[in-house]
Amino acid sequence: MPATALALGALALALAWPLPILLSRARWPARSPGLALVLWQSIALAGGLSMIGALFAYGLLGFGTNALAGIRSLSVHAGSGAVPAGVTFGQVLALAAAFLLAGHLLLNLAATFLRARVQLRRHRHLVALLSEPSADRPGTRVIDHEAPVAYCLPGATTSATVLSRGLISLLEADQLRAVVAHERAHLLQRHHVVLLAFRSWRSALPWFPIATRAETAVGLLVEMLADDEARRQVDDRTLAMAIALVGSAHGPVTGAGDTGAADTGAGETGPQGTDATTFAGPDHPFDLLTPRLRRLVVATPRLRGHQGFAVLAASAGLLALPTVLLLA
Amino acid sequence: MGNLGVLERLLMDVLWDSGQALPANELRDRLLTPAAVAASRKPLATTTVLTVLSRLETKGFVTRDRGSRPHLYRAVRTRAEHTAELMHEVLGSAPDRQAALARFIGNVTPQEAESLRLLLSPAAGE
Repeated sequence: MPATALALGALALALAWPLPILLSRARWPARSPGLALVLWQSIALAGGLSMIGALFAYGLLGFGTNALAGIRSLSVHAGSGAVPAGVTFGQVLALAAAFLLAGHLLLNLAATFLRARVQLRRHRHLVALLSEPSADRPGTRVIDHEAPVAYCLPGATTSATVLSRGLISLLEADQLRAVVAHERAHLLQRHHVVLLAFRSWRSALPWFPIATRAETAVGLLVEMLADDEARRQVDDRTLAMAIALVGSAHGPVTGAGDTGAADTGAGETGPQGTDATTFAGPDHPFDLLTPRLRRLVVATPRLRGHQGFAVLAASAGLLALPTVLLLA
Repeated sequence: MGNLGVLERLLMDVLWDSGQALPANELRDRLLTPAAVAASRKPLATTTVLTVLSRLETKGFVTRDRGSRPHLYRAVRTRAEHTAELMHEVLGSAPDRQAALARFIGNVTPQEAESLRLLLSPAAGE
């Protein structure tokens, strides 16, 4: 039993620090973003479970010789309201911490989803009044605003892709088709659920920098998945140009940047065989566009069969490990 | 439901364009545009307008002046104010935004701007 608590604690530490850092620096997720997304979810879930499990296993030490006996004894004693002899103060604290942490994470998840639902409903009402359904694109609404934006509005019955007038006048027909396919993929693959779960994780653990890193990484993977759907409809260059044009129109957030590049009429010519060096060099952790563009400009083959299988097996193993350790 | 949605939008347009408080029957008269007639499929009754108005009131877009008879209806905010609210949320500048609106492109960092510049410059790849 002490070994169980130690093993779970070690697993929690590994999942809280080195593993997410390694994964967020790795280059292979750009090759198979779907598999990487599965692995991130597995790390987050297993991380939470092992953290709670380590505290729980330590607290159970005074209650029984193995986890099942401990849980049985704990529920009996919780019912009678007495603590058995031999249970240390530290073990009681660990048990309380395990329940508090589990409750905190679950309540935060529920609160995040509820708040998002309220905000989305208000947003949907606004969109319904301020935009018009697009005549030639079903499921798409056009809002009369000059900023070039496109986003998707998930809903239980009526999901919509919202485009601005500014975006439609900025992009050519093919590029626009890429944007619509990209947004539709977000809706069909229900990416907002994954994003919300990671956002809740981050807001539940604000002192934990890895949660922010995970949220950013997952946000990027979701964009890559949507890009892959768009690539089924248009060629890579068209999608890359759409991303570059919209991104340039937004400009850097830090004020007076040089966004003049967008005015060079590059949409007409485009880059001719941009070489790999353009996107060489390490990525900035919060740069979400460069990795997206790189895989469109430089050939990035998908992971091979056995590599993909290894990622899936690792994800499944990680997810099962905390429970196996606790019950072993 | 879809038709009511269209009527809501058209009715808000009337209120926003007029910029004043109007009674329901006056709103009905101003709503007799071809688009609204098509959406309601039958002669637009004042009761329908009242239904739409109460839905808009629940959603917080319309307020009713109960002191006068008949009641007068007014837009809570201008169209421009609502558009600004919407764009704040979309562009991520609204505080405490939980709803993850997956935008095609988020806010662009300086590093990202540099990548974009490289991709868009005609000299790239030469």
